[in-house]
Amino acid sequence: MNTEKPYRRRDLLGIRELAASDIVGILDTAENFREISNREVKKVPALRGKTVINLFFESSTRTRTSFELAAKRLSADAVNISVSSSSLSKGETLLDTAANLDAMAPDCIVVRHSSAGVPHRLAKVSRAAIVNAGDGANEHPTQALLDAMTIREHKGQIDGLSVAIIGDIVHSRVARSNIHLLTKLGATVRVAGPRTLVPKDFSFLVEGQKLADGVKPLEVCDHVEDAIRGADVVMILRIQRERQDSAFFPSLSEYSIHYGLTNDRLDLARKDAIVLHPGPMNRGIEIASDVADSSRSLILDQVKYGVAVRMAVLYLATGGSPSES
Amino acid sequence: MKLLISNGHLIDPAAGENSGRDLLIEDGKVAGIFKPGEIKGDDCEVFDASGCIVAPGFIDMHVHLREPGQEHKETIASGCAAAVAGGWTSVCPMPNTNPVNDNAAITRYMIEQAERAGLANVFPIGAITKSSDGGELAEMGEMKAAGAVAVSDDGRPVPNAGIMRRAMQYAADFDLPVIDHCEDKSLSNGGVMHEGKISLLLGLKGMPSLAEEIDVVRDILLASDTGAHIHIAHISTAGAVDAVRRAKSEGVRITCEAAPHHFTLTDAAVEGYDTNTKMAPPLRSQLDRDAIRTGLADGTIDAIATDHAPHHADEKSLEYDRAPFGIIGLETAIGLALTELVHAGIIDLVRFVELCSTNPARILSLDGRGTLKAGSIADVTILDPDNVWTYNVAESLSRSRNSPFDGRELRGRVRATIVKGKIVYDRT
Repeated sequence: MNTEKPYRRRDLLGIRELAASDIVGILDTAENFREISNREVKKVPALRGKTVINLFFESSTRTRTSFELAAKRLSADAVNISVSSSSLSKGETLLDTAANLDAMAPDCIVVRHSSAGVPHRLAKVSRAAIVNAGDGANEHPTQALLDAMTIREHKGQIDGLSVAIIGDIVHSRVARSNIHLLTKLGATVRVAGPRTLVPKDFSFLVEGQKLADGVKPLEVCDHVEDAIRGADVVMILRIQRERQDSAFFPSLSEYSIHYGLTNDRLDLARKDAIVLHPGPMNRGIEIASDVADSSRSLILDQVKYGVAVRMAVLYLATGGSPSES
Repeated sequence: MKLLISNGHLIDPAAGENSGRDLLIEDGKVAGIFKPGEIKGDDCEVFDASGCIVAPGFIDMHVHLREPGQEHKETIASGCAAAVAGGWTSVCPMPNTNPVNDNAAITRYMIEQAERAGLANVFPIGAITKSSDGGELAEMGEMKAAGAVAVSDDGRPVPNAGIMRRAMQYAADFDLPVIDHCEDKSLSNGGVMHEGKISLLLGLKGMPSLAEEIDVVRDILLASDTGAHIHIAHISTAGAVDAVRRAKSEGVRITCEAAPHHFTLTDAAVEGYDTNTKMAPPLRSQLDRDAIRTGLADGTIDAIATDHAPHHADEKSLEYDRAPFGIIGLETAIGLALTELVHAGIIDLVRFVELCSTNPARILSLDGRGTLKAGSIADVTILDPDNVWTYNVAESLSRSRNSPFDGRELRGRVRATIVKGKIVYDRT
């Protein structure tokens, strides 16, 4: 198979592979696409004639809808394939599926899969640009980009901010992508949660990244309170009940008491701190309802910016040039 | 029928030989070791081994030949073809066939299939427990009588210490070494690579070193309690090597082997999610890899064994966390050992021959093998230690292609393989 990608087609496999300037380029492009969603006619011809396949091996409402709307608002032809209708249940291998889709000449394949590394393997055999919409516990780059867009909107910049990420860190692709992105753009990140879900040595995720002398780009805290204290941004991870094949903590109620984001805990953060959650929320477990519904919670902004970010990603993956700020 | 191997450099640690010597073979046995030119060879077939190492036949004490039951991955004939092409005159297949080699009939079948193929010797390893399900003991005495040389529930290690203790007591009655794949599955369960920096970075579930070490320590205690001979398969962690070193110094009957991928690669190779980097035990950290090299050099590790584990391409093209564990290794092991250990100055050629022949023969009590003394069985491995070549997995004689070493340049290669006096592989 000829796997050489046509001119300027680019995969988005993870934030880890990107330079800070790539990230800023995507965010600036997304800024330009934002207003399209506010128009009466929410459509521009940027991707007219291009085909985008949303290949979802794992259930998703929000992310898939967001990618589909992003493609359609750019006038691409978007096709959704979900796991229930896929051939994998008929015994076809992943790479066979990829080869078959590739034969239909899509410009871009957006893939979500419960196994880490699937987008990377597809990228090696497909001529289409591969966009990672979440692979196992590895990365979820567009989530990190939309989080960054939300933070930029409310804080002006990311450089110099202190961000707390709370919850199931080890199984979280959202955490990995956010940690890469935030530290690349100059923020410091503190993570906390049950020790069974937050490996002590997680800080070498960003080994080699240099900030000012003595400042650790990523710190693993012993207590949730230590992570939140003085933070500009508090990011709460979803407790993935469906991904927990064995118990990492005794009960949801115990989790909510010791690790959940309550108003009392949020008071430890800066007065103007904002709260993010990748959704869908387990209200009363990882986040108290009154926090989720407060003005500091920007969960719906995240969803809104998600469409703009994905428009930018699809546009750049299929050959567009980034905007300059 | 006489065969004279002339002009080679003969290394046989068991006989104290390490010099230019000619080897005379007659009727499948070693007739004698002679000074170069001492035997004229007018009435012999002559094999010119100039520039080559002539060593007692290499014995791979850990392979999976998949027959009976999974012949789409490998057969005894294809596995033996790959073995002799890799310089191995004998291989010991693990019992995880279908059905499991837990009785004398399967053991005999494996040996008969090997005889039909007429390439390498096959010395089966019988199961410890029936169906390797960790419950009732398998008929070790009957399997030994049929030709089994050790027992193991490789891949499905006996989790119950009480049953393992009884198995070791019973195996000792028949002088059978008990080989253990040390992995506490309650600790490694669901893991697909070494737990460490790289697993965190790649978002893959890790198998902690602890899962191996906790079983190694258990086995050491059981071996010292029962007096049985325990052999640790494919040792892969620094902690496990330390534990074995200590146990040996305390006189415990323990031996162990290491696989070429564990002294060559680290978990960094998993980057890119190539499923040919997935095996159990997994590729470990740099520190672990270095500890394996040290153990090979200082005598803690007794043998090099491949853990040759063929899998069909369809299975290996699954997602990383769904693909089966294991890689093929028969044709790359010697090249890797020479490149990574001998040419890198970690061990010398004498130690290399000990690891591949002398010691496996001793561990498994293979009488007449592992040496070239007069009267020994004429299993001979002839190596060209400086031949630089590139491994091309597409040319493998195995039925499977699951190797992470495709395209790798190696220095040192088998030149010819002789089994019971017959040249079964000749690259010249």
